[in-house]
Amino acid sequence: MSADALPATALPRAARGSPGLLGRVARTIHLAWPATALVAAIVLAWEFYAQFSGIKPTILPAPSRVLAQIIENRQALVDNAIPTLIATLSGFTLSVASAFLSSVLVDFVRPLRRALFPVFIISQTLPLVAIAPLVVLWFGFGLLPKILLVALVTFFPMMVALVQGYDSTEKDMEWLLRSMGASRAQVFLKARLPSAIPFFFTGLRISITYAVVGAIFAEYAGAANGLGIYMLSAKNNFRPDLVLAAVFCSALLTLILFGGTVLIQRLATPWERVRKGGGK
Amino acid sequence: MSAPRLSLSHVSKRFETLDVLGDISISVAPGEFVSILGPSGAGKSTLFQILTGSTPPGGGVIAFDGEELKDASGKFAFMPQRDALMPWRRVIDNAILGLEVQGVRRAEAYGRVAPLLAQFGLAGFERHYPSQLSGGMRQRVALLRTVVQDRQMLLLDEPFGALDALTRASMQQWLERMWERHRWTALLITHDVREAVFLSDRIYVLSARPARVIREIKVPLPRPRGMREMSSPQATKIEADLLEALLGSSAIEFA
Ligand SMILES: Nc1ncnc2c1ncn2[C@@H]1O[C@H](COP(=O)(O)OP(=O)(O)O)[C@@H](O)[C@H]1O
Ligand SMILES: [Mg+2]
Repeated sequence: MSADALPATALPRAARGSPGLLGRVARTIHLAWPATALVAAIVLAWEFYAQFSGIKPTILPAPSRVLAQIIENRQALVDNAIPTLIATLSGFTLSVASAFLSSVLVDFVRPLRRALFPVFIISQTLPLVAIAPLVVLWFGFGLLPKILLVALVTFFPMMVALVQGYDSTEKDMEWLLRSMGASRAQVFLKARLPSAIPFFFTGLRISITYAVVGAIFAEYAGAANGLGIYMLSAKNNFRPDLVLAAVFCSALLTLILFGGTVLIQRLATPWERVRKGGGK
Repeated sequence: MSAPRLSLSHVSKRFETLDVLGDISISVAPGEFVSILGPSGAGKSTLFQILTGSTPPGGGVIAFDGEELKDASGKFAFMPQRDALMPWRRVIDNAILGLEVQGVRRAEAYGRVAPLLAQFGLAGFERHYPSQLSGGMRQRVALLRTVVQDRQMLLLDEPFGALDALTRASMQQWLERMWERHRWTALLITHDVREAVFLSDRIYVLSARPARVIREIKVPLPRPRGMREMSSPQATKIEADLLEALLGSSAIEFA
């Protein structure tokens, strides 16, 4: 009997997650409509207020106006979104790699954990508003300060997620491996590391949202191009509609990256997708 | 009786202030199925921690094939109380875990497991993940992972403790048949009196913490054992003796 032959569940037919494109689309709609409805309601209220309250578009532009600006300035927006995306991804890669290395180090050398964690926690208390201009001052207007700031804001959550993940390993699993004669490294590779995978992806999802914000902050403090600098110059030109257009782009960017992590998780953890049942 | 494969004399253990094992002396002969029956929290799993080298004994002597046991690695195949299957490994990859640790190449390890899959009722489930299996099947995967290590002795810690009564009964019958066939030297921990009688050649009863051996009972019931053997006067007598020993040991306290 295959895993697909499952008993009917209490979920509505369309939402029952059995494969098939139609079923999946229906399921997505089923899950997403409350959020969609809420966003739609807010946008509508905003549109009405901006249109009929007599407020000036230079103070509060209507969503329709923002949308028109997005379409009109799409080339400039894309041109500025690309450097932000590059900074985000490079900084994020740097932080995931270094968080992974330090988490392994800390797992093997216990006293290091007590030495390093206070330092990491302090690094998290630094106000980004104050740090970003300094980093730009030290490293110039290029890519490097952006990468460093993204790494700074995402390193700690990734590190904590990994260390927590290692510690979540079932004690019996480690005992079993040791009874088989496994070395410390084997216990790590076969039990502790895989146990951390769900934690790793949770950390990834949380930090990817920080990452975009970190990149934009760095640009805001000074950069040659990017969504942050675009927002800053739009603000200085009293164009809130363009600021909001850029905000929309950054939100879209974050959502796409978030979706990317969800997709990677699905591909990397096939055992999470199979469901209970299908037994004898 | 042949020289014991495993013998413990006057083994004790305490964790800081907790006196877990008082005085344990037991032995297991080659090819013998021995059970340790005792109340929860008595220190039964602790005994396996000591045997697998996870924690040192507080006192006493442990001998394996007549020699003092210094390094446990390579001697025992251990099955922990919860199945400890790895959710990210397929059935077949869970089964070869021990061989993998030993450095056996994957293809060869698969080859060694393959002929046993049918006996363990797992044929056709090689590619499933543990979360797709029933409780009984999970235990059979865990047992398969234990026996393919090809060690001199099996240590089974309450293998069926988490199963429902019906599944447990059928798993006990299955294990009894499998034991008939393979004649593993085995030490089983359980708190289930019937299970101990059904499977064992000999049973040790432990007291509550700090655990001492309070009774040793032979189970001379003919094999293969079935419901008929289990309801014989002899079996009923053994069960009654065991229960009496357990209840009389202040094992069960009434609040
Ligand atoms: N590594 C350990 N450190 C401290 N106490 C432990 C340790 N392992 C077990 N214990 C304690 O020893 C007692 C006996 O546990 P255990 O051997 O698991 O009992 P059983 O398997 O008979 O139910 C319990 O009270 C448990 O908390
Ligand atoms: Mg136990």
